[in-house]
Amino acid sequence: MPRKSWLGMALIGAALALAPIVVGASLGNAWVRVLDFAALYIMLALGLNIVVGFAGLLDLGYIAFYAVGAYLYALLASPHFGIHWPAWAILPLGAAVAGLFGVLLGAPTLRLRGDYLAIVTLGFGEIIRIFLNNLNTPINITNGPKGIARIDPISVFGQPLSKPVEFLGITFSGVMLYYYLFVVLALGIVFVGIRLQDSRIGRAWVAIREDEIAAKACGINTRNVKLLAFAMGATFGGVSGGLFAGFQEFVSPESFGLMESVMVLCMVVLGGMGHIPGVVLGGLMLTVLPEAFRHGAGPMQQAMFGKVLLDPEALRMLLFGLALIAVMLYRPAGLWPEPRHRRELAK
Amino acid sequence: MDIFLQQLINGLTLGSIYALVALGYTMVYGILGLINFAHGEVVMIGALSSLTVIRLLADSGLPGPVVVLIGLLAAALVCMALGFTIERVAYRPLRNAPRLAPLITAIGVSIVLQQLAMLTWGRSYHSVPPLLPAATHEVLGATFTEVQVIIVAVAAITMAGLMMLVNRTKLGRAMRATAENPAIAGLMGVDANRIIGLTFVIGSALAALAGVLVSANYGIAHYHMGFILGLKAFTAAVLGGIGNLAGAMVGGILLGVIEALGAGYIGDLTGGVLGSHYQDVFAFFVLIVVLIFRPSGLMGEKLAERA
Amino acid sequence: MTVLLEARGVTKYFGGVQALKDVSLTINAGEIYGLIGPNGAGKTTFFNALTGLYQRDGGEIGFCGAALRLSSPHEVAKAGIARTFQNIRLFANMTARENVMVGRHSRTRAGVVGAVLRDRATRAEEAALRRRADELLRYVGIEHRADDIARHLAYGDQRRLEIARALATDPKLLALDEPAAGMNATETASLKSLIEGLRADGLTVLLIEHDVKLVMGLCDRVAVLDYGEKIAEDVPASVQRNPKVIEAYLGGAA
Ligand SMILES: Nc1ncnc2c1ncn2[C@@H]1O[C@H](COP(=O)(O)OP(=O)(O)OP(=O)(O)O)[C@@H](O)[C@H]1O
Ligand SMILES: [Mg+2]
Repeated sequence: MPRKSWLGMALIGAALALAPIVVGASLGNAWVRVLDFAALYIMLALGLNIVVGFAGLLDLGYIAFYAVGAYLYALLASPHFGIHWPAWAILPLGAAVAGLFGVLLGAPTLRLRGDYLAIVTLGFGEIIRIFLNNLNTPINITNGPKGIARIDPISVFGQPLSKPVEFLGITFSGVMLYYYLFVVLALGIVFVGIRLQDSRIGRAWVAIREDEIAAKACGINTRNVKLLAFAMGATFGGVSGGLFAGFQEFVSPESFGLMESVMVLCMVVLGGMGHIPGVVLGGLMLTVLPEAFRHGAGPMQQAMFGKVLLDPEALRMLLFGLALIAVMLYRPAGLWPEPRHRRELAK
Repeated sequence: MDIFLQQLINGLTLGSIYALVALGYTMVYGILGLINFAHGEVVMIGALSSLTVIRLLADSGLPGPVVVLIGLLAAALVCMALGFTIERVAYRPLRNAPRLAPLITAIGVSIVLQQLAMLTWGRSYHSVPPLLPAATHEVLGATFTEVQVIIVAVAAITMAGLMMLVNRTKLGRAMRATAENPAIAGLMGVDANRIIGLTFVIGSALAALAGVLVSANYGIAHYHMGFILGLKAFTAAVLGGIGNLAGAMVGGILLGVIEALGAGYIGDLTGGVLGSHYQDVFAFFVLIVVLIFRPSGLMGEKLAERA
Repeated sequence: MTVLLEARGVTKYFGGVQALKDVSLTINAGEIYGLIGPNGAGKTTFFNALTGLYQRDGGEIGFCGAALRLSSPHEVAKAGIARTFQNIRLFANMTARENVMVGRHSRTRAGVVGAVLRDRATRAEEAALRRRADELLRYVGIEHRADDIARHLAYGDQRRLEIARALATDPKLLALDEPAAGMNATETASLKSLIEGLRADGLTVLLIEHDVKLVMGLCDRVAVLDYGEKIAEDVPASVQRNPKVIEAYLGGAA
């Protein structure tokens, strides 16, 4: 690798390492928490990017895999069943189970045309949510709409990340510790994504996205290769879900609605489908901006009109919707598309 | 037996509403090959805007059905304008874009409509004033209300009218020609853009009607009602064979009945493990099964992709 | 002379229309076999039925002495039949080299683990793949466009790229659907020598083409389809004189 890119990497590394300290000191821990969520969402978005961005399969129920990972963690590490497995055992299991769900959903549906697939995955997401909401009777598995609380935090080397640690004279709060874990894992997922993109499998995904019939004629077993994309995406979703459960120490069906799926899709689409840096940017933007908006929109209206006219939450979603439309109309390849290719969506 | 008949009646009512909404999906799909994802939200807007008008007129002394009719007309106007605008702004510029693009804008439009509705009408559930005759009658141990009769009758008449429009009029012929092949229709002097716009407008008027009927049926309306309803109606359209008008009607009725019977019997069938709150699962289940085993639906033609 | 491909009674319906009626033909190893006929005669449909893109409604196909019972296109490709498309179907936003590399999918093995770890075997495979892709690009004469996006290539080059991609599957039979369509005289001439080169290298070619001069100059034998039926099969010179063929073409033109 040329020296320049090493230098760039070192700078990015330093910035990532210092970010929570600086943000924590200047804006407070609430904003470090936002960064934690940004890292989580980036992992999710990178997973969905494999499915939508690389393989061109529109999955509108992606959050279901996140839910599977989260609930698996919650059930295996909480007083709900009195089971307390360690995170390092649950997270890979969650990845595998989510991957399995991906295959189970994908196997029958992946030969459907793109828009049908979107609807079926959307339905699947809803089914998972309905089950989470109702599987509290006759046997209480999911605890229904109340959700599962008092989930064990994630521990690294016996140290629960929820407890602050003193190091080099700096106190690292729980949210900061989680930040480091999440960023390391997100970087791992970025690495995997980059490696996959430039490989036989990655090229096969893009080929299917570009022209499925030609891909078949090239000897690609399109069903299996699509299934692989689905399973890989689901796996990343499952891991992120487990992390989410350990971080929040609470899960409930409310966190896994259609709007969450749409959010993650927005990150991929707005950032730049199929372009990993773009997707990372999308994830970061769509976590941080709405948060800033939530803090800012209320007081700003107060200052301008003397009262809060419009519900900031609704306003935020409204802007999402408008952004989706605007990007498709004016920048269909996203805000940060691949410079070499400016690849568009599958023809 | 009585529970069977009862659920059949309920299913028929629900099914005729699904059918009305499904027609909107199927008409647009037939002509553009596009799933108009935002259609369910148009139904919701129809329900809520008619409600606003109905509430304004509730104390005017006009007879109930007349008030509802005025509400319906207002809602139809709102929805038609909305459908026209959606097509113009969000779909037309993307007509030659990759397939996923209009689907994503459609999701955007749904979000926008839902949030606008929330800002306008709030988050709460609105109860719909019972202005239609609601007396109950009994047959063979099952009860039905007059509202239910009205819903089924109005839906049936409307669908018959639509079939006449499509099969017997010049406009209908132009629509069918455009669906068949827009380029050739264009050569024959059909203005495809106008026909497509009209298709959205007609579909939206049906959506407004469905919105009024569904809120009369449940006595309730809220900003969130469009999503699930839209999804089910889409399922109905696929079940019947998307792009096929008669199919949408059959699919709608069938889905309504499957759902109602399913909800009525699921407890017995599963030994009490699953209860009627799984009602919504049926539609998705039906959708997945149909798409896997008969993607062209019950009445659709099988089309091979050209290579 | 060994028989490479034998089609017996291939039939295909579209709704009520019979697009292929009992089409039987044999292609010998090493020959260039032409498939001609008026527009809509069913030539492309025959390709699609052969390569598994369409499900056949009847008939059998024997390939390399064994029945080709494969139903899916990727299996047909793996068995050794490669094709190009009448309306060019490249991976428009991939580079020319990547297009050819995708063509070798069924002849390479690397999976997800290999892609992520980049172990020695994967690196070696990837390097060989790249070399082979560049070789093929050179073979069809567009090596200088290797790093360009496929849709930025000139029309003639796109046709060549599609051939290179098909060759990447290591086919025994190469099926070309109107490769000269839209080409000028010079481009057609160089396409002709490209196809001749393929034969010289031992490949068997099945060629759909409307350019009569090209077909007559290239093909060892020619079959004529009309309304889904094979009406003639012979050496070019006698096909040209066959009254049924003349009738079919004139009838089509009138
Ligand atoms: N997927 C399809 N669905 C319905 N009909 C089809 C399909 N594909 C081809 N056909 C019809 O089958 C017939 C044969 O078409 P085909 O494309 O094989 O002709 P062709 O000989 O390749 O003609 P051309 O020289 O114009 O390419 C035509 O009538 C065509 O309309
Ligand atoms: Mg052809």
